[in-house]
Amino acid sequence: MAVKFDLNEREVWDGNYAASQALRQADVDVVVAYPITPSTPIVENYGSYVGNGYIDGEFVMVESEHAAMSGCIGASASGGRVSTATSSQGFALMAEVLYQASGMRLPIVLNVVNRALASPLNVRGDHADMYLGRDSGWIQLGAFNAQEAYDLALCAFKVAEDHAVRLPVMVHQDGFITSHTAQNVYPLTDEGAKAFVGEIVPVDDMLDFSRPVTYGAQTEEDWHFEHKAKQHKAIMDSRPVIDAVFAEFKELTGREYKRVESYNMEDADVAIVALGTTVETARVAAEELRAETGVKAGVVAIRCFRPFPYDEVREALKNTKCIAVTDRSSPGGAMGAFYNEVSAAMYTSQNRPLVTNFIYGLGGRDFSIEEAKRIYTEQQAHADAGHITTDIQQFSGLRGPKLGFFQTDRS
Amino acid sequence: MTEIRWHSRAGQGAVSGAKGLGDVVATTGKEVQAFALYGSAKRGAALRAYNRISDEQIFNHAKFMNPDYVLVIDPALAFTDNIEVNEKEETKYIITTHLSKEELITGIPALAGKEDRVYTVDCVQISLDTIGRSIPNAPMLGAFVKISGMFELDYFLENMGKALSKFPQKIIDGNMAAITRAYNEVK
Repeated sequence: MAVKFDLNEREVWDGNYAASQALRQADVDVVVAYPITPSTPIVENYGSYVGNGYIDGEFVMVESEHAAMSGCIGASASGGRVSTATSSQGFALMAEVLYQASGMRLPIVLNVVNRALASPLNVRGDHADMYLGRDSGWIQLGAFNAQEAYDLALCAFKVAEDHAVRLPVMVHQDGFITSHTAQNVYPLTDEGAKAFVGEIVPVDDMLDFSRPVTYGAQTEEDWHFEHKAKQHKAIMDSRPVIDAVFAEFKELTGREYKRVESYNMEDADVAIVALGTTVETARVAAEELRAETGVKAGVVAIRCFRPFPYDEVREALKNTKCIAVTDRSSPGGAMGAFYNEVSAAMYTSQNRPLVTNFIYGLGGRDFSIEEAKRIYTEQQAHADAGHITTDIQQFSGLRGPKLGFFQTDRS
Repeated sequence: MTEIRWHSRAGQGAVSGAKGLGDVVATTGKEVQAFALYGSAKRGAALRAYNRISDEQIFNHAKFMNPDYVLVIDPALAFTDNIEVNEKEETKYIITTHLSKEELITGIPALAGKEDRVYTVDCVQISLDTIGRSIPNAPMLGAFVKISGMFELDYFLENMGKALSKFPQKIIDGNMAAITRAYNEVK
């Protein structure tokens, strides 16, 4: 029997500590981990909860992130509730095994503390690792602060383990900006969290010897395509389950989550579309700019990056004149991936807004309220002119000469 | 919104100080943020830690701020770091030093003409006397409580004691003494 952990109604936690508390409260059976900055404290804290008797779980230290996710697969296939955490290079080393986990339909929860990918080596936050996982068949939820890193981790188990879903889920938080920033967090009681997450009911668990099963079978051109199509349908079909889990969470806590969040969008002419902590900084900028200049600025935020909320993005931006889509990952010779996805959604809508792309915040470069206001003001100028008056892709917050690519073809 | 920037060296406790301040502020019902710029910093490297304090939820995640308070807990950094960067006209400075305020300002041209908003306290000596080690974060909190007027000293001590409750009684007592002495000595 686990020792009672003293919790206050109001705590001051950073994102890592918040996520580790969610793992404790969700009664995670097995964490297999190879720690890496900035996500280290999540698995370190889980290990200390096990060591100090606060949880009846098992902490398995392995020699690499590849082994960590492999161990998670074994534990999950055996029927346990399983989680781990990683970042950046660790995530990259895990990449091969991520596809195995989703292909085997294992409900593992991976806490990803987003960090830049080398080279150059950098421990700070950007979304390069999150983007690397975007085709891996995992559901990807994004937290904008420490409270949400905690809330979404609890929700993630419920989504992943739902028998209509049975897919692994990543919960993303921004390295350092969320993971190492202490803020007020309002946790559930242990009993409340436990009742919300519920007990895992395994499907086809390997420890059920009365009914032997195979995981990770080989299929060639005869069945591989059908399996992948079914997997894709499963992640598409997870949308109503995610909505239902969020609705149940709101009932319990009053905190409301949607797959796409909209702020000040009712009458917005210009919008910033963003992921992570940038969403909240842009919210402050939009409100200040409305008061200062009357520019009708709003923010559209993607809470659920996979499955991509195509319909909700079109709905949120249906009246917007000009949109800046922000990518916190080096696009490597293309428009930002997030820009492409939002643009594709808007291309099939009745509203065909002007859409620009900002690459920003790589390696933890700061994103300020002033810079968000500058971007809004520029979008208003495009809207007034009726066309994009700058390069379509620009770099925000870059030192040195301005860098931008592609212009509107007005011939 | 009150914004605070700490100038420190890794190992002097600015990050713990910022988080400890956050713990106490949260007990008053306010919202807080405490974060630092360190990453791969080694003990002794200059670092900056930050607090935001507000009556409402804090959405600004930028590192950039125009601080209301600049807290310097390493005596040499007052001379070598740009402690006045992004200051406002009303920014208050609390600097740990064994020098008099006049001597300190003479040595730091950036503080000239700001005598009425520069405060000094010898956090290093106070922590050596009370805690037994040079951990100048706790005394700085005492000085901040006095200069900001944000809390009564007794309220702050009571809640800081709770935040430190996992430490041995001797360490808690040392910190309480350090906070109290700095509260009384800052000028």
